[in-house]
Amino acid sequence: MNTLKAKKRNEAFGRFITFLCAILVIIVTFSLVIFIASKGLTIFVKDGVSPIEFLTSTKWRTEANPPQVGALTFIIGSLVVSIFGILISAPVSISSAIFMVNIAPAWGQKLLQPVIELFVGIPSVVYGWIGLSVLVPFIRNNIGGLGFSVLAGGLVLAVMMFPTIASVAADALRAIPEELNEASLALGATRWQTIRRVLLPAAMPGLLTAIILGLARGLGEALAVQMVIGNAMNIPSSLLDPVHTMTSIITMEMGNTAMNTLPNDALWSIALLLLAISLVFILLIRFIGKKEAYK
Amino acid sequence: MSARTADKIATTIFYIVIVAVVILLASLLGYILYKGGRVISWDFITSPSKTLDAGGGIGPQIFNSFMMLIISMAFTIPLGLGGGIYLAEYARPGKLTDAIRLCVETLASLPSIVVGLFGLLVFVNFTGWGYTLLGGALSLTVLNLPVMTRVCEDAIRTVKDELKEASLALGATKWQTITKVILPIALPGILTGIILTSGRVFGEAAAIMYTAGMSSPNINFEVWDFTNPRSPLNIMRPAETLAVHIWKVNSESLLPDAREVADGSSAVLIIVVLLFNALARWLGSRLHRRLTGKA
Repeated sequence: MNTLKAKKRNEAFGRFITFLCAILVIIVTFSLVIFIASKGLTIFVKDGVSPIEFLTSTKWRTEANPPQVGALTFIIGSLVVSIFGILISAPVSISSAIFMVNIAPAWGQKLLQPVIELFVGIPSVVYGWIGLSVLVPFIRNNIGGLGFSVLAGGLVLAVMMFPTIASVAADALRAIPEELNEASLALGATRWQTIRRVLLPAAMPGLLTAIILGLARGLGEALAVQMVIGNAMNIPSSLLDPVHTMTSIITMEMGNTAMNTLPNDALWSIALLLLAISLVFILLIRFIGKKEAYK
Repeated sequence: MSARTADKIATTIFYIVIVAVVILLASLLGYILYKGGRVISWDFITSPSKTLDAGGGIGPQIFNSFMMLIISMAFTIPLGLGGGIYLAEYARPGKLTDAIRLCVETLASLPSIVVGLFGLLVFVNFTGWGYTLLGGALSLTVLNLPVMTRVCEDAIRTVKDELKEASLALGATKWQTITKVILPIALPGILTGIILTSGRVFGEAAAIMYTAGMSSPNINFEVWDFTNPRSPLNIMRPAETLAVHIWKVNSESLLPDAREVADGSSAVLIIVVLLFNALARWLGSRLHRRLTGKA
């Protein structure tokens, strides 16, 4: 049967193989950052575009001579749509989390868990398609404008952010020790007072993490947003204005520009900016996580 | 306003929010299935798509989606399982483990379009493959690897320590304990995770539109030689999936019946995702019962 030597070899083999799998995650992450960065920095290094101009100018004429590469229109577009989405989604998502954990823990959980999973399961192109075929005409006919707008994009994003925010917020609320809740109720506070004065402040770091993850989801979402925002080079002055976002310009132009030309390289710089934003969010979440009051 | 009235109002609002969320989900699913139900027919889901005329189907796209799913999972499952085993059983607290965890977290939060662009650089340009099914599957592997690693780690961590200790006390090596004791018990959790991830793979578009391409060669289901570009089994051919097809039909196509095609495709996508969700639940509870011996 198994000799000691064979056993040891077998043990070392298992350990080694699983170690390789774990290390692969590091390799993939690093090569992703390096590949995107080397491509995204091309316009600054090779073509001498100033990074300041890239971040602060709204003039995006990459085909012109001399080319102008200002991505501010897209940065503002992304921010406006995502922040509008968060403003709608956060209150609803966090309320759902409170309902699930504190108000009806018995059946609220059973009802909302599958609901959240289904919201996650609906693919982003389908969200975009419903936005395009229902929301956009509705806005055009009942509220005004073309329908393709910040409003449409924000609403679609709000729905897509819901499962992320709700499930992370629910985890944060569950992590609060039950004694806190009981102590407050024992002092004669109503449930709403307890939620507002005790539970929400105690869960605040977790709730912030939930909101940041929702925001990251919004800024990074490409297709659903691109389908409903109109993709116009425009700094929005109202919710009904069409906009362009960082992801939408990449989605639309990546296939229409030739590799290794300036118009194409400029898109990679936007991709690098998206990557940098996600990395900042990760650091922010780690920072907040360290400050968490109740663990 | 007395505290009790405020509490009543707050509770009512929470209930209203929950009812609204559930109604929203039900109407989203209802709308997709109703609209799609009028389009879906045997002919629609089996016949090839058309570029200019009405009446095309989505047969090749459905087939490509399943091929993409199988091939990407063939990479994702073993790699994620290996990483999960390492993190749950072998990793010791330290810099390396921290780095692995940070990378898992980072990779998991990247926008899918950024992962798709990385795929474009590596699996399309660097390798010189062009748009291929394999390239798309590998991009999806990068996208889902962190999720799979986490799911496996969590599932393994739920296994009780007594069982591990009993196995080790009987003289089994750690690797034998993992493969013979821990993995069978963690299986329901892992399988549930695999199926839910599959739903995500099936609906993903942004990560593969620039790696697997937005076209499909005229697949001939009678050609089983996998080196032939028209063979369905050839993984080095472009492969537009169903999710990518929905986006393309909406954004760039000249089809007179683009609306119907998108309606039908969305419904098929949702039905598959719903089936995956149901399967995950059913399998999870069934395996749990069988393995724990509870009726």
